[in-house]
Amino acid sequence: MEKSTERFPLAHVFGFVLSLVLTFVAAWVALEMNLSFTIVMWIIGSLAIIQAGLQLFMFMHMTEGEDGKVNIINIAFMVFCAVVIVVGSIWVLTSGHAAH
Amino acid sequence: MSANVNTSLPLEYQTEQNRMNILGFWIFLGAEIVLFATLFSVYGVLYKNYAGGPTHQDIFMIKEVMIQTVLLLTSSFTMGVAIWEMRRNNKKGLIGWFILTLLLGAGFLFMEINEFIHYVHEGATMQTSAFLSSLFVLLGTHGAHVTFGIFWATMVIIQIAKRGLTPVTARKTFIIGLYWHFLDVVWIFIFTFVYLKGMVL
Amino acid sequence: MEVTIVGIKWDEILITGDPIILGSQIAILLTSLGIIGGLTYLKKWKWLWREWITTVDHKRIGIMYIVAAVLMFFRGGMDGLMMKAQTSRPEMSLLDAQHYNEVFTAHGVIMILFMAMPFLIGLMNVVIPLQIGARDVAFPQLNALSFWLFFSGAMLFNIAFVVGGAPDAGWTSYFPLAGKEYSPGIGNNYYAISLQIAGLGTLMTGINFIVTILKMRTKGMTLMRMPMFTWTTLIMSVIIVAAFPIFTVALALMTFDRLYGTHFFTVAAGGSDMLWANLFWLWGHPEVYIVVLPAFGMFSEIFSTFSRKQLYGYKSMVVSIVAIAVLSMVVWVHHFYTMGSGALVNSFFSITTMMIAVPTGVKMFNWLFTMRKGRIKMTTAMLWSLAFVPNFVIGGVTGVMLAMGAADYQYHNTLFLVAHFHYVLIPGVVFAVFAGLYYWWPKMFGFMLNEKLGKWHFWLFVIGFNVTFMPMFFLGLNGAVRRAYTFSAESGFAPLFLLSAIGSVILAAGFAVFCYNIYWSIRYADRNISSDPWDARTLEWATASPVQHYNFAKLPEVKSLDAFWYMKKNNEGLALKDEEIEEIHMPSNSGLPFLMCVAFGIVGFFLIFEWHLLAAISAVLIIAGLIYRSFDYNDGYHIHKDEIKKTEGAWRKMEGKVNNHVS
Repeated sequence: MEKSTERFPLAHVFGFVLSLVLTFVAAWVALEMNLSFTIVMWIIGSLAIIQAGLQLFMFMHMTEGEDGKVNIINIAFMVFCAVVIVVGSIWVLTSGHAAH
Repeated sequence: MSANVNTSLPLEYQTEQNRMNILGFWIFLGAEIVLFATLFSVYGVLYKNYAGGPTHQDIFMIKEVMIQTVLLLTSSFTMGVAIWEMRRNNKKGLIGWFILTLLLGAGFLFMEINEFIHYVHEGATMQTSAFLSSLFVLLGTHGAHVTFGIFWATMVIIQIAKRGLTPVTARKTFIIGLYWHFLDVVWIFIFTFVYLKGMVL
Repeated sequence: MEVTIVGIKWDEILITGDPIILGSQIAILLTSLGIIGGLTYLKKWKWLWREWITTVDHKRIGIMYIVAAVLMFFRGGMDGLMMKAQTSRPEMSLLDAQHYNEVFTAHGVIMILFMAMPFLIGLMNVVIPLQIGARDVAFPQLNALSFWLFFSGAMLFNIAFVVGGAPDAGWTSYFPLAGKEYSPGIGNNYYAISLQIAGLGTLMTGINFIVTILKMRTKGMTLMRMPMFTWTTLIMSVIIVAAFPIFTVALALMTFDRLYGTHFFTVAAGGSDMLWANLFWLWGHPEVYIVVLPAFGMFSEIFSTFSRKQLYGYKSMVVSIVAIAVLSMVVWVHHFYTMGSGALVNSFFSITTMMIAVPTGVKMFNWLFTMRKGRIKMTTAMLWSLAFVPNFVIGGVTGVMLAMGAADYQYHNTLFLVAHFHYVLIPGVVFAVFAGLYYWWPKMFGFMLNEKLGKWHFWLFVIGFNVTFMPMFFLGLNGAVRRAYTFSAESGFAPLFLLSAIGSVILAAGFAVFCYNIYWSIRYADRNISSDPWDARTLEWATASPVQHYNFAKLPEVKSLDAFWYMKKNNEGLALKDEEIEEIHMPSNSGLPFLMCVAFGIVGFFLIFEWHLLAAISAVLIIAGLIYRSFDYNDGYHIHKDEIKKTEGAWRKMEGKVNNHVS
């Protein structure tokens, strides 16, 4: 990681434009196309994860600095916990008699 | 703490204390990931419990949501440009792009508050149903974070204006930059799994 | 009796009509006046403010945590004794059902959150920076804030039973009982708000220690050369960061349901009461690993030191701790198998729960192998560690019994469960903090706790503990349920309940000896002791006792695991030359953490009483504190070379003339 010497932050612009594209594609898939609920959710869900990863790496420079590795491990573990919490809670509360 | 200054690095990483503060903030963002995940899990469990009250399609205004999304995303981009200006040691550029970021953020908030007022007028309050409780608290927590960020950033701008670009002010700016980007990352998931999902249910 | 003055129903705020509570109110008032009076008479206000309230020194903060924990141990213990007294005979009327509910709620919350956590965090605070050869934690002022937020939450919780009414829905605060409909008073608001405030402090501690351990280790101390207590602290801090935000959300949602009429956990309008249990245990299970891991770390230090051998299986210890941390996030449903998620969910969590026993088993064997062929020294700290092994194993194997979902339908919420968790928590955590306190006491205070009294403390406590809790396994298997304020004579439970109650008296006697030991040692113990009375192995012992303000005049260089042992064996790095002394930069004291404690306390109090406008207004105090902190550019001060020379000279000269108390 060096001090910046470019004339304009092209990487940022690229990330920004790509994020906008991903956003509008997701909106279009959900609102304009006539696909089943499950397929729509898989597509826009994947687009969301791609955009989030894009922003983490390109905007937030997650791997930057002498602690880059630590950052990756930390965020990876927290994302793992996030998935467990969301998927786990929904699974536990919609199974068996728990699902009213 | 004059030891461990590495002047080949960007200003905000130069001192050992700065590097520790930045690492500490990344870890805090990890905690925030878990916090928002919990709010999402609550929403994921309760989002169809309308209790006979308004549903997603009754109250969502997708056009306004798209505008909010573009505002916040653009503000994340302008924050990135602000940090880039900071690394070029351009104090004026930094402050300019930084203020633009906050204006866009304020615009986002203004629209969100209007959205909430619209919901209440439609008879959809957070006391109406479990769906609405979880919707308001998820969106509201994100909005509260944005609000807090705007006030926090204002104070940092004052410090930059007063003290110029020092390792400390650079570090504070960098950290709030991380915070601001993070809020947009969270919004991606709100946009997708609350608004878009709600419209295709 | 209604007492309305200036529009406030004082009889509802100050509990009236109950002699025990009235007695407590008077006692609290008198004690507070006594403290204020004493400080004024002895002219110690300035000293208190300068040396303790505004300190950012990790060693002082650690001692404050420990003092608070011991006091809370006393209150939580009294709650336990009251429960045992009430259940010592069938149909006793010492505590009615409502009071019994309040007592077991307080007992659980206090013992886990206001005794175990601060005791462990206190010892961590004192020891970790020293063990890694650092001069403080990464964020000293944040560290102070953590303590004061804990203090604020604990104080709020503690006044509940005399001001407004105690929470009574158990430490787990299940809905719908904990909701506004079935608990309309403000008692359970205390639970939601005070734990929220204290929890913020803990989250900050987690962040602080991760950064401290990753970034402030002294030269040569790689991750795999860290003492085991440091490793467990690191991993425990990661679990804190992963789990506490869940509790933050759960408590916030509980607050919203109770104060603002939302429907997260209230079944009317679509909420889910099971969602509370789910969120609570998503936090609650990692929480028990948060308390047990540092305890394991302390045992590792003590087994190693008092076997005069390096810890066996260091690498597998590290792998086990990481495995425990990861697995701890995927077992939580075992706390509510019977809530109805069905066979598939229950089976998954049965498997993960059984799996988590394995890494702990690995650690057990490592401790035993550490002792094998070592030269064992039976100090009090070592006795606690030895007793931990069989007692914790009982807790652990009964845990595996409970882990099997189908079987758990028989054990769930019986006294069998209660016995299990006391058999893991008390040997696992309480024995550890006692051991840690005896072990590190000389380092903290410059004198030792009396070993003879320590042994009385130990035997009374361990025997009392077993007599109290072993019968509860059998009571549970015979059908006795938890959280029940009485039982009938026909049930046949009476003999074992009585035995258990007698055990609790022995347990209390042990605790009393502990308190006496502290008093006796402060008064009579020899102050002329070595800075390394145990001939220990890790860096915290390479300092004065009590430790110098700046910890190390010269930051040590580490060449191996058990760094201090290596230094002693090779006679390296122990001496300090004049030329090596440099000015040391230290952070300044700050009154802001304490003021934030007061601010949070005020806002919390108003929220608890649902005086919303006042709460919103006083929230300005918190904002003001944050703004002040943002503009605070105070960068600390320097300790000059001559002061360092003087301090170092004083303790290093003494080494030849001290009394060796370990014989």
